[in-house]
Parts: sequence; structure tokens; C-alpha cells
Amino acid sequence: MTQDTTFHHGDVSTDVRPIIEMTDIEKHFGNIIALAGVSFDVRPGECHCLLGDNGAGKSTFIKTMSGVHKPTHGTITIDGKPMNFSSPRDAMEAGIATVFQDLAMIPLMSVTRNFFMGREPTIGRGPTKRMDVQKMNETAVEEMRKMGINLRGPDQAVGTLSGGERQTVAIARAVYFGARVLILDEPTSALGVRQTSNVLATIDRVRKQGVGVVFISHNVRHALAVGDRFTVLNRGKTLGTARRGEITPEQLQDLMAGGQELAQLEGSLEGTV
Amino acid sequence: MAETIQPAIQAAKDERLKKEGIGSRLMKRPELGAIAGVILVTTFFLITADGAMFTLSGIMNFMTPAAQLGILAIGAAMLMIGGEFDLSIGSMVAFAGLIFGACTVTLGLPLILAIPLTLAVAAGIGAVNGTIVLKTGLPSFIVTLAFLFVLRGASLVGLKIASGGSTQLRGVRDAVEDDWLAPLFSGDAFGPIFAWLAQIGAIETFKNGAPKVPGIPVEILWFIFLALVATYVLLRTPQGNWIFAAGGDRNAASNSGVPVRKVKIALFMLTAMCGALVAIITVMDSGSTDARRGFMKEFEAIIAAVIGGCLLTGGYGSAIGAFFGAIIFGMVTIGLTYTDFDQDWFQIFLGGMLLIAVLFNNYIRKRVTGER
Ligand SMILES: Nc1ncnc2c1ncn2[C@@H]1O[C@H](COP(=O)(O)OP(=O)(O)OP(=O)(O)O)[C@@H](O)[C@H]1O
Ligand SMILES: [Mg+2]
Repeated sequence: MTQDTTFHHGDVSTDVRPIIEMTDIEKHFGNIIALAGVSFDVRPGECHCLLGDNGAGKSTFIKTMSGVHKPTHGTITIDGKPMNFSSPRDAMEAGIATVFQDLAMIPLMSVTRNFFMGREPTIGRGPTKRMDVQKMNETAVEEMRKMGINLRGPDQAVGTLSGGERQTVAIARAVYFGARVLILDEPTSALGVRQTSNVLATIDRVRKQGVGVVFISHNVRHALAVGDRFTVLNRGKTLGTARRGEITPEQLQDLMAGGQELAQLEGSLEGTV
Repeated sequence: MAETIQPAIQAAKDERLKKEGIGSRLMKRPELGAIAGVILVTTFFLITADGAMFTLSGIMNFMTPAAQLGILAIGAAMLMIGGEFDLSIGSMVAFAGLIFGACTVTLGLPLILAIPLTLAVAAGIGAVNGTIVLKTGLPSFIVTLAFLFVLRGASLVGLKIASGGSTQLRGVRDAVEDDWLAPLFSGDAFGPIFAWLAQIGAIETFKNGAPKVPGIPVEILWFIFLALVATYVLLRTPQGNWIFAAGGDRNAASNSGVPVRKVKIALFMLTAMCGALVAIITVMDSGSTDARRGFMKEFEAIIAAVIGGCLLTGGYGSAIGAFFGAIIFGMVTIGLTYTDFDQDWFQIFLGGMLLIAVLFNNYIRKRVTGER
């Protein structure tokens, strides 16, 4: 379904200033060193893939980018200015929206309430300032439809959605609010074929609008289909960054798996992995 | 925009959606259980109780304690929806009563100062409660349990100091009687209307022509007002959405940009201020304050909130539900005196109601979340 050739790749020139630049990020949880000095940047209009084995530190890294974790060491700059996010809200206000691996959805709340959680549009002023419920419902339904899912109703509780539907709500929400940077942490892990290509097409669409996309995936084909640059993490460190065309799918796959084991496995499975 | 939306909504009415009857849609409202409870209890007393219970004066009779509890229950419900408990609100009523008494009697302050001061002290203690809970990550249950004792003890000690050795502080009525703010917090409202209604014979009167019910006790008006405001906030404002989110899943809410800390601390402050409001109203009503004020009210308030559909795990519930939960409480406490039943049935009834409510809510939650 999604061949490498599906999308046009914006040739992002290296001299464009990054929207967000993370330098030498370290993150310690007690005595656990989750990140041991990772540098990463996102330029407008590119899709920068973050790859790596389970536990490599990808989620931890993007959580420092979206204000959930404070880095133990290292600097974050936005448009060249040093930033210090004290909460996810700060990062959102800087135009960074994230689909977390655990989705950050509240099962007991409706799709609409989840969609706008923390960023509710309002009408009226003073004491009559209230949520614009109609606009919220319409937007939620419409954005979900764009992602290929027809909601039964915007007031359906998220807990009653299927895993993929839930993931789609999270993606639609981030795309809607991701004004400058869109971070997707394994957004397609529960998605069907049609919804996956929809997500990849959406990445392509927002990239063309100048949004910088950070895309985490374990699927090399998905990464290669939309990625402009690929950074591989291994055990909390960067293994390196490659530009599109500089690396073959096989090389990338081996890097992601941390080396030889996969090659052996592939042999025993007769190349089906 | 509207045209592009139409097909989406049309498509939303898809073939995989069974027609949902109004019944099953109502089932999903958290307050349904409490409304059913009110109907049940009303029916019960209509059959068993003296007819006097449902006259105007009988209704005021059970609505007054219902309102006093209800103000607490609405605060407790908001806090429970936000995912926390406050077991110290009962003691807060006593403590705020002491502060209010000390302000008015000992310091001789006018209400315009005494009331904001009492509310501010309560809010401050609520903020302390909330800050400890959020900073330490301990369950609010245990932190506020400590404050249940601390505040009760502080009320006793403080009363002895303020009154010179007694556990009761008298003279509040004399101190505030003529204050221009007093009618907002004590006595009955709409007196002239009731007098007029009595005159034209629309309501019951005593022999001398004075109405049996001189007006609506102010706490009932506060109760209704707070229930409406709380419902509006929960259902229609961003802050309401934040409360549901903070209680539903703290991490998810915070990661989505909800200022969870602020929301929860504000809720602790609000609950404490509800306690202070009840203290102000009841102390002005009785003219004195004592250390037993608000005893066990924390549990009754939480029970009313649970009957009203609040989940103990947070993230779900309603203020209107707590409103009806408190009315059930008032009806049962007072209603039993209109029947041949022994008053002591009250607690059995209460426990039974709570159990049924929790079972019912559990079932509802599973329906709402699709049993995941
Ligand atoms: N809050 C935390 N406390 C302690 N250790 C943590 C915490 N969060 C992450 N870690 C550790 O940091 C390491 C990296 O975790 P992370 O979730 O970033 O991996 P990942 O690359 O996203 O993996 P996956 O592909 O499985 O999602 C893991 O070893 C994990 O145990
Ligand atoms: Mg991860």
C-alpha cells in the first residue's frame, strides 16, 4: 500500500533554521539513565523520523520536547531562543502538539471533550464565557472524518471506541493543534491499512504546510515512506542521523535493531521480517 | 463549514448504530440514580408518612437540613469528580464557625469583613490540604483524614480560648442582627411575597393570619444557586472540562495541557469554602457556635455525592446528582419523624441507599465505558 514513492519529499535545505533544536539532552530517572546526550532538531516542512529499539529512549526524548519531562542536562531552543518548558501547556503554546504513545485520552469523557481537553474554544465574555459546544462537536466530527473515521456521535465516550479509533482521535487532535511541530509517537501501531495510509498522507500534508513533524515508528516502510531524515537512538544515545537517500532500508533496519541479531533472525524466517 | 459538516454527521448515523431509546440515553446521565432515588423516597413517604410532610411547611422542614448538607455535597461532588476527597469538611464547618464567631463576637467585626475573612481562612486551609496531596502524591483520603482531627481539635482549643473555657461561643446573633448583610446569610427570603400569599389565602396561615412559612430559608436559595452554578461550570466551561479530565486521568490530562495542579487545589479551596458557608449560615441561624458543629458531615456529604452519581475513582459525576442526593438525605432524616418508624432506622436506610447507589453507579460506568 504505501510505497516509498507515494509522497513527494520536500527537499529541506540544511540552511533553514530549525524550529526546535535539542542539544545534548540527558534525562535521568533516579539512577536510571534514560537519555545520555541526544541532539535532535526539526526544521519547518520536514518529517524527521526517530527510530530505535524498545527502551531506546524515544518516548522519553519526545516527552522532554513536549514539556512532560524536564531534561536533566541539555538545552532546548525554539527559533534560536532558549526555552524552558515547565509543563506540557507551555510546549503547546509554543505550537508543539504530541500524540503520546499512551494517547493521553480519558475513557470516561466524550470524544469532543477529549479532543479539546486543555484547549477548549469559548464564546461569550466575562461570566458568560463558555465552551463553544457546537463548534467543538462539529470540529471533532470533521477532523475525525478527514482521518477516515466516521464517528457515531461526538458525545460517545472514548472508552467505548476501538483501539484504532482512539488512536485516531489522538492523531486528529494533534494535527488540529500542531501549529508548528507535530510529534507522533508510534501513531500507527493500532491502525488499519486505510487509516495508516491516511496518517502518512496527513504527515505529508502538514509537512507541506511548513509544520515540522517528528515521527516515531518501528516500521521501516512507514518511516521510509514519509521521512526526510532519520535519527536512530540506541540505549539512550544517538547512533547517527541519515538523510533520505543516504541510507538503504536494510541498513536502516539493522541500525534500528541494534545490529546483527535481526540478520540472523531474518535468515531463520527466510526473509519474511 | 456547515455544509461540509453535514455529510459527516449524516454518515455518523450509520448502520452500526442501534436506535437508542430515550431510556437508555438517560441511563448514561450520572444523576439518573439520584432522581430515581428521590422518586422512590417520595413515594415511600407519600404512602407511610403523615400528610403534613408534603405541605409547604413540611417541605421547608426537610429542605432546610437538605440544603445545609447539600452545599457541602456540591463541593464534595466537584472535588470527587476532580479525583480527590476531602474528609475534613465536617470539621471545617466547626473550625470556620469558630473563626466566624471570633470575628463577629470577640473582634466585633461587621459581616462585610467577617464573612470574607472566614471564607479566606477556609480557602487557605483547603489550599494547604491540596498542596500537601499534590506535592507528596499521597491519597487525599489520608491527608484530609489528618485534617479531620486537626481542625476538630483546633476548634475545641480555639473555642476554649475565645469563650474563656467553654466549648461554645454565644452572642453571634446579637453581634450581627442589625448588620445590613445579615439577610443574605440568615433568616427567610421573600417574606413580603409569602405574607401577601397568606393574605390572599394561597398558603396556610396561623390563627393570627401570619403565614406558617414566613419565607424561603436562605440556605435553600444558596443550595439551589450553587447547584446551578456548579452544573453550568461542569457542563459548559473549559474549567469544567478540566475538572473531569483531572479526575479521569491525571497524567493524560496534564499531558494534554490541563493545569491539573491548579484545578485540584482550586477544588480543595472551593470545598473548604462550602464548609465555611454552611458554618456562617448555621452559626448565624443558631446564634452560637460549638465544637460539634458539622460532626460526621464529611461522610454524609460524600454519600450524597455518591448517591448523586459520583464515582469514587473520579472523573465522573454531577452536581445536580449531589443536589438530589442531599434532598434524599433531608427527606429521610426528617421524613421518619412523620412516620411510625423509629428514628434509628435512619442509619440503616442510609447504608442501604449508599450500597445501592454504588452498585448502580458501577453498572453505569461499565455501560458508559463499554466495559473496558
Ligand atoms: N518515568 C520513568 N522512570 C524510570 N525509568 C523510565 C521512566 N520512563 C522511561 N524509563 C526508562 O527509560 C528507558 C527508555 O524508555 P522509553 O519509553 O523512552 O523507550 P522507547 O524508546 O519509547 O521504547 P518503545 O519503543 O518500547 O516505546 C526505558 O528503559 C525505561 O525503563
Ligand atoms: Mg515509546
